[in-house]
Amino acid sequence: MGSIGAKDVPVLITADGRRIDGRKADELRPLAITAGPLKQADGSAFVEWGANKVMAAVYGPREVHPRHLQQNNKAIVQCRYNMAAFSVDERKRPGLDRRSQEISKVIAEAFESVIFVEEYPRTSIDVYIEVLQANAGTRCAGLVAASVALADAGIPMVDLVPAVAVGKVADSIVLDLKKEEDNYGSADLPMALVPQSGRLVLLQMEGHMTREELHRALDLGVGGCRKIYEVMREALRTRYGADAPSPGVAA
Amino acid sequence: MVRIVPLSGRYIPHAGDVVVGTVTDVQGTFWLLDIGAPRWAPLHMTGTPWKIDFGETENYLRVGDSVVVAVESLDATGRIGVTMNGDGLGKLEGGTIVPISPARVPRVIGRGGSMITTLTRHTGARIVVGQNGRVWVDGSEEAMRRVAESLRLIEEEGQRSGLTERITSYLTATEAPAGPSGHAGPGPWHTPPEPARAPAEEDEETPSQDE
Repeated sequence: MGSIGAKDVPVLITADGRRIDGRKADELRPLAITAGPLKQADGSAFVEWGANKVMAAVYGPREVHPRHLQQNNKAIVQCRYNMAAFSVDERKRPGLDRRSQEISKVIAEAFESVIFVEEYPRTSIDVYIEVLQANAGTRCAGLVAASVALADAGIPMVDLVPAVAVGKVADSIVLDLKKEEDNYGSADLPMALVPQSGRLVLLQMEGHMTREELHRALDLGVGGCRKIYEVMREALRTRYGADAPSPGVAA
Repeated sequence: MVRIVPLSGRYIPHAGDVVVGTVTDVQGTFWLLDIGAPRWAPLHMTGTPWKIDFGETENYLRVGDSVVVAVESLDATGRIGVTMNGDGLGKLEGGTIVPISPARVPRVIGRGGSMITTLTRHTGARIVVGQNGRVWVDGSEEAMRRVAESLRLIEEEGQRSGLTERITSYLTATEAPAGPSGHAGPGPWHTPPEPARAPAEEDEETPSQDE
């Protein structure tokens, strides 16, 4: 481990294997998903995951703007990931930056591979992800929110797409990094899974891991995704199950 | 091949549907209508009851005008052909459009049109329910307000039984003291006939899009 700033590094993992917030290595932060909170959108979802708060809205399939992006054999998936100025401690300069453009792109591509885009030629499916409060793992939280929102919009998909980040913190591989772990850890590996097929539709890595660590991290992440998958399904059941208040209407 | 029947989301057009649309673009020989579907639907001038010369389309329908049209054809590219020729189809003058969830349309119509009859009888308003979840309402301010409130109730409580009774009691409770409000009598617009495809039956709503 590098020694720069080492004196400021908090104790990330205690001797008995507990993390900074008391979790074990394979434990997720608390996750709550609300499907369909927005009336205006065709589909929406709100995700509270640890200290993250993310709203997703889906519009479409609808006419493509601008027109030249239209594809005559399939729908295009457009995504805008955005962090609110107040979502982090230091005010985030509003608007597009390189980071949000990259995240928007990888999320759009992840969804394009699970949505039945051929069913809606010449249309656009627009996914808006607004991060209201950020605490590491917002691209995964945004993806989870957007996935539930797409289901809420009635858009045909192969499957829901759960996502989680695995990281290397104080030489341990741990699931679902929170902010301190992300900042002071040595690797971050966000991934998104298609549970039915076991296919990964998003996989990025920052930092370094050995090959062996990477394999362990992937296993840990896939396991985490399957737990998240259940929460996502439950959110939709709550909204559309027999005793749900009313589909198609904001609560 | 997997087919999905969504419980919510955008209106998916079917041939024969009567829908309420809004003009979004005017071209030389056709208009483009927003019917809430994935794509705008072209209404060709031959699909109207009018005799129009090229370039005169704008004298008949302008951007923002609302119409009742029927879905005629759907092709593999997602193109939606609509026509204004037919019973109960035409341009809508006055009134207001209340959007509801397309999934709630069968509930607004009711079994054999029972709900829509109830609404019309108690308010005197003229009502057209588009299969696309747009409801056109015309009548007195009071009548339109009561119909809009009823539609909101139907949307919120659409799954519970005894809905017609609850709507009736709401409408009775808000009945104006001096006789029914609004101008009664059938206008040129009637409730569209029961949709060709069977409306979704009650109590069978289960999540399907995540499987």
